[in-house]
Amino acid sequence: MNTMNLVEQMNIERAINARKEKDGENFAEIPNFKPGDTINVAVRVVEGEKERIQNFKGIVIGRKGSGINETFLIRKISNGVGVERIFPIFSPMIQSITLIRVGRARRAKLYYLRGMSEKKIRQKTSL
Amino acid sequence: MKAAILGKKLGMTSVLTEDGRAIPVTVVEAGPCPVVMVRDNEKDGYKAVQLGFEAIEERKVNKPLMGQFKKAGVEPQRYLKEFRELSKDVKVGDTLTVEEFVKGDKVRITGTGKGRGFQGVIKRHHFGGVGMQTHGQSDRQRHPGSIGSSSYPSRVFKGLRMAGRMGGKQITVRNIEVVEIIPDRNLILLKGSLPGAPNTLLEIIKQ
Repeated sequence: MNTMNLVEQMNIERAINARKEKDGENFAEIPNFKPGDTINVAVRVVEGEKERIQNFKGIVIGRKGSGINETFLIRKISNGVGVERIFPIFSPMIQSITLIRVGRARRAKLYYLRGMSEKKIRQKTSL
Repeated sequence: MKAAILGKKLGMTSVLTEDGRAIPVTVVEAGPCPVVMVRDNEKDGYKAVQLGFEAIEERKVNKPLMGQFKKAGVEPQRYLKEFRELSKDVKVGDTLTVEEFVKGDKVRITGTGKGRGFQGVIKRHHFGGVGMQTHGQSDRQRHPGSIGSSSYPSRVFKGLRMAGRMGGKQITVRNIEVVEIIPDRNLILLKGSLPGAPNTLLEIIKQ
């Protein structure tokens, strides 16, 4: 099993290096965040030849998986419509993740936020 | 160009590409495989190369086999397999490594699949089960149903699919892509899943 860990570690490092190479000086470490936190994910969007950054700001509903397969689910309300996206945490398509607000959550998966108003969500996740 | 090597399945993980795709890969520890014997047309009537894999202690090998290893001048090996008509010219004592393969190659993998034990017809042969749950039917939702007619033929045909031992048989999968080679660790990463549990012996053949 040891070799498996090694291969996984190697691939994680490679994914991080891919980001380092793309961003050079702008490279930013992925901060430690947990369910209930509000974060901003800067995602690379490829349009034909060009690449630009799109921001996705929302509340972390949960994290899933481990190692290189770890993903997180993030939710925001866009024009009154709830939007959720899942990102692999080591994806080279993520330019940066910034922690905006630390929240409090008493469970690991915050699926129950889905039916709530923004005000209720704020109350539920405030420290 | 035909190349072959023996390997051991280690497990699965993912590789993330630069454009953000995740490729599922199986990690296989392959080689180094010493050539223990070379068969040729004159003496044996066919061309083949016998490869060994995984060196073991001498006391674990019986004397007749040890004689073969001594003659070849290689360490005793746990596994021995013959491969026909490799395109590379090899001699006894040569060693084949993962560097026989390159990234992007399509290979064929043969190994023993996971044993499933005694399984019913639904899992083993993809039967649909007996149709209804009501109308007086009870206790037979996963049964095979009728296995034949009555007075004619008065017997059950041979080869009728029934419950029994499943899995644990040799499986070959083709067109498996080589995602990566790590020569200093003797590793080869192959796209997708492969037969067997971890530690299964696998034959990797490039046609």
